[in-house]
Amino acid sequence: MNFKLRVWRQENPKSEGRFANYEAPDIPSDASFLEMLDIVNEGLILKGDSPIAFDHDCREGICGMCSLVINGTPHGPEKATTTCQLYMRHFRDGQTIHIEPFRAKAFPVIRDLVVNRAAFDRIQQAGGFITARAGSAPDGNAVPIAKPAADLAMDAAACIGCGACVAACPNSSAMLFVGAKVSHLGLLPQGQPERMRRVLNMVKTMDNEGFGNCTNHYECEAVCPAEISVAFIARMNRDYAIASVRESVE
Amino acid sequence: MNNGLDSKIPGGPLEKKWSKHKFDSKLINPANRRKYEIVIVGSGLAGGAAAATLGELGYRVKCFCYQDSPRRAHSIAAQGGINAAKNYQNDGDSVFRLFYDTIKGGDFRSREANVYRLAEVSANIIDQCVAQGVPFAREYGGLLANRSFGGAQVSRTFYARGQTGQQLLLGVYAALSKQIAAGNVRMHPRTEMLDLVLVDGHAKGIVTRDMVTGEIASHAGDAVLLATGGYGNVFYLSTNAKGCNVTATYRAHKKGAYFANPCFTQIHPTCIPVTGEYQSKLTLMSESLRNDGRVWAPKAKGDKRPPAQIPEEERDYYLERKYPSFGNLAPRDISSRAAKEACDDGRGVGPGGLGVYLDFADAIKRLSEPVIRERYGNLFDMYHKITSEDAYKTPMRIYPAVHYTMGGLWVDYNLMSNVPGLHVLGEANFSDHGANRLGASALMQGLADGYFVIPATIGNYLATQTGKRPPPDHAEFKKAEEDVLARIKKLLNINGKRTVDSFHRELGLLMWDKCGMARNDAGLKEALNRIKEIREEFWVNVKAPGANEELNQALEKAGRVADFLEFGELMCLDALDRKESCGGHFREEHQTPDGEALRDDENFAYVSAWERTDGTPVQHKEPLVFENVHLAQRSYK
Amino acid sequence: MTSLYSRFCNSSIGRKWIVALTGLALIAYVIGHMIGNLQIFMGRERINAYAETLHSMGPLLWAVRAFLLAAFVVHIVVTIQLTAENRRARPERYSVKEERRAGAASKSMIISGLIVLSFVVYHLLHFTTNTTNPEFKVLEDAKGRHDVYAMVIHGFQNPLVAWFYITGMFLLCLHLSHGFQSFLQTIGANSKKTAPVFDAGSRLLAWFIFAGYTAIPAAVLLHLLHT
Repeated sequence: MNFKLRVWRQENPKSEGRFANYEAPDIPSDASFLEMLDIVNEGLILKGDSPIAFDHDCREGICGMCSLVINGTPHGPEKATTTCQLYMRHFRDGQTIHIEPFRAKAFPVIRDLVVNRAAFDRIQQAGGFITARAGSAPDGNAVPIAKPAADLAMDAAACIGCGACVAACPNSSAMLFVGAKVSHLGLLPQGQPERMRRVLNMVKTMDNEGFGNCTNHYECEAVCPAEISVAFIARMNRDYAIASVRESVE
Repeated sequence: MNNGLDSKIPGGPLEKKWSKHKFDSKLINPANRRKYEIVIVGSGLAGGAAAATLGELGYRVKCFCYQDSPRRAHSIAAQGGINAAKNYQNDGDSVFRLFYDTIKGGDFRSREANVYRLAEVSANIIDQCVAQGVPFAREYGGLLANRSFGGAQVSRTFYARGQTGQQLLLGVYAALSKQIAAGNVRMHPRTEMLDLVLVDGHAKGIVTRDMVTGEIASHAGDAVLLATGGYGNVFYLSTNAKGCNVTATYRAHKKGAYFANPCFTQIHPTCIPVTGEYQSKLTLMSESLRNDGRVWAPKAKGDKRPPAQIPEEERDYYLERKYPSFGNLAPRDISSRAAKEACDDGRGVGPGGLGVYLDFADAIKRLSEPVIRERYGNLFDMYHKITSEDAYKTPMRIYPAVHYTMGGLWVDYNLMSNVPGLHVLGEANFSDHGANRLGASALMQGLADGYFVIPATIGNYLATQTGKRPPPDHAEFKKAEEDVLARIKKLLNINGKRTVDSFHRELGLLMWDKCGMARNDAGLKEALNRIKEIREEFWVNVKAPGANEELNQALEKAGRVADFLEFGELMCLDALDRKESCGGHFREEHQTPDGEALRDDENFAYVSAWERTDGTPVQHKEPLVFENVHLAQRSYK
Repeated sequence: MTSLYSRFCNSSIGRKWIVALTGLALIAYVIGHMIGNLQIFMGRERINAYAETLHSMGPLLWAVRAFLLAAFVVHIVVTIQLTAENRRARPERYSVKEERRAGAASKSMIISGLIVLSFVVYHLLHFTTNTTNPEFKVLEDAKGRHDVYAMVIHGFQNPLVAWFYITGMFLLCLHLSHGFQSFLQTIGANSKKTAPVFDAGSRLLAWFIFAGYTAIPAAVLLHLLHT
């Protein structure tokens, strides 16, 4: 297959970016999107050009490192699929493919298609944990947890932290990511002692990082490779209000 | 002990060793802990858990990872589960049984004391993870669910859907995040360790490259912990993440740390086959598929008919034929080799002839499609995503792929290498899995090392090191920085005609052919020569464009491949030395008349630890003593 | 309590709550106002009496008006503030962007909202203060009450005005079709199971309101209502 690529190139965080056009000839239809970029990069290197920088690691859809906005959609056109699991057979031969980085003030571009998602780490650090000192834990079966609650917590915990929700959101909001984190821990009995502090602190950090506000477009849910539900945002909204009221009266 | 390899195994009965050792270990006063700086490289289950736990204890920790966040370490990709001797199912499990299964599964090439300790702390791991909010699968009654896994007759595997590694890592990451927020751990993501620094023979720090700015920096510590995973990417194609590399452990090896059993690599039988040269990575499909799928290859060589057109009598269900009692559930190493045999015989299927069928037609007939969909739906979807084939209609094509490496830096019972101060955790060390790792044991080992072992043992070293941390501008650091920079400059200045990947692919193919699923004397010797040639060409003909002072992915890869090009040689050397077949190491010269692995306990019941001084590998042997288990030949007929 | 104030007025989620709650007040008013207006179909006597009752409430009427005005202003000010922040959250726009879920209603909230605002202003000048049509002021029915019935019918006999009202209602209802389920999501009532119900319910409510309000100008245009 042959493709025309229109790729965002940006040397460093401070420099101006621009689009560059590349040909991607003779791409096997069984190649993944990133393998297609590998092939293009091999060609660029041999020609003496600088290869296109992009983030990737596990290439099996779980680490959340790969990003890219492909033809206007984070992780490309396939539902519940990361860029690394997207295959070229889903594109038309001869098609022009637009490739941009995830764009958000909170995710500054480092180079080309590589962005800095450290804001997510800082949100996590603000409260995305259950304090459990190694050695102090009670027996795993000491507190039974109803299967539906455990399953729902797992649904939320499946978030791979890729940031596609932010990239897709018309407002660059991180509510789906934070909602998933807050819900995962807040749904479990172990997470109760820190539940109120957690939601207040994580939301505060989220706001300070420069993400936009949720206006319920649900674009995040539509592109999420882990199919995280916006119902977790609703849950966080509720927890936030309860926590705010409690904080001021207790 | 032998050749200066003191494994420091405590005396006394097996089940008392760890308690006794913990009691005998030196403690650091809580008020003094903040005076110690600990450098940890790697943020997966082992490194992340160690960083979180040591930070919590009050040590000052610096943690490094090459990913953009510690949450992305490759532990995240483990699917199946984590073993623990909880005996929640009341099916006869015990610490001793987990210990025994692990020793036997490792084909009797691991240390009794280490493996017993692993089994002993396994139960604490589950408690710890549950307390952190890891959403393990549960029964309707609210208790933890278990499933059985290869190589065991009890249900002791805990799991979180098909994403156990991810959930455990997120637990670690959460604990780590808390310590980062508390200021006890300073995290350095997108930072790669490029050298280990020794001061007076002790590991006292590392030199790193900031992968965004290219800045070369020194980090001094009272102790250095490497938790940098395995070296499976020496094969180029593996189920490892693209970034996984041997550089940290290999650099440490070059600074004097012994590399143990590098030839012990695990090949996983059920991966999606390679489709072309462009392929960058192999995807594993859970072994559970073999519970219902039947493995076969055509009987006739070069049979290119579509599977549906090959009649039943022209199919060879070779696992069922060769291992009637285990059939399609034969262990990983055995089923992998059988697939290779069929393909070597010219009976492989799919593009390139490197694949065999895993057929669900019978299971669908017997159980109905909805039942199969419920059991394996997500795997069938994944297979469809990658191959665009519908495995409900046509058999899956599978082929073995490199998955895990049992070898690693040699460590003693304290997880310290022969270099004082250098500790090695998780897949990066050699200690617990012998010649073959059982399913659901990698997660267990990583967390055991990080949460429970190292926090208890590190005091033994630190207590002797009060006030001995050198400043990061010590001459040894300056020298290491210069060496690192010189090497980078050298790589950038070659400006040859071949890309890094092309060398990596060439090395990988060679390793796969000669040092993969089956090895022989002639092949290994040939590989040793070829690796040298590839390496020589690499250093005059590689093209790594760009500069150091920028995000330069080609440069990162070049440095890693340069290390693989030396490390591959060590693997072949070790494989050549081990003239027996055991676990993942199969020497064609050493097999039973019907083609099974033939272990030689008389001559090879040792850990092979390689030293590299002045460029020549020297072998040291740590004899393995078995006092609690009886060495038996594995049979799955 | 200062922390509560700051949690709600400065945080993203807090302000979402403010928008949702003021939105709810406005929705409640929209429904109440519609029910009141529909009394026109019950004849001149009924609607004029209703108007008279409202006007006789004095301070209570002004209290309600003040409350609604406050809700209206807060709703608008906060959403404009949030929208400005949302724009700043993506300084570099995508050159190609494809929406997969967001519909016309959710994407046009700020525009539909602002047009509705201008509609409301006109509507107040038109039927409440009669600034645009001073002649309405003097309409009186047989009992000497302000003849609201006649005013509405005269007002809508101008097709331009009627169509402006219908368009305004269309935009209002587009706004509400997203707004009502958005309210439920924001107050945390939504779950995976309720989502489709809320979504459909929200649209249904919006079109019900649309039908209710447009019935009046439509009836006038079709000469079903006349003086």
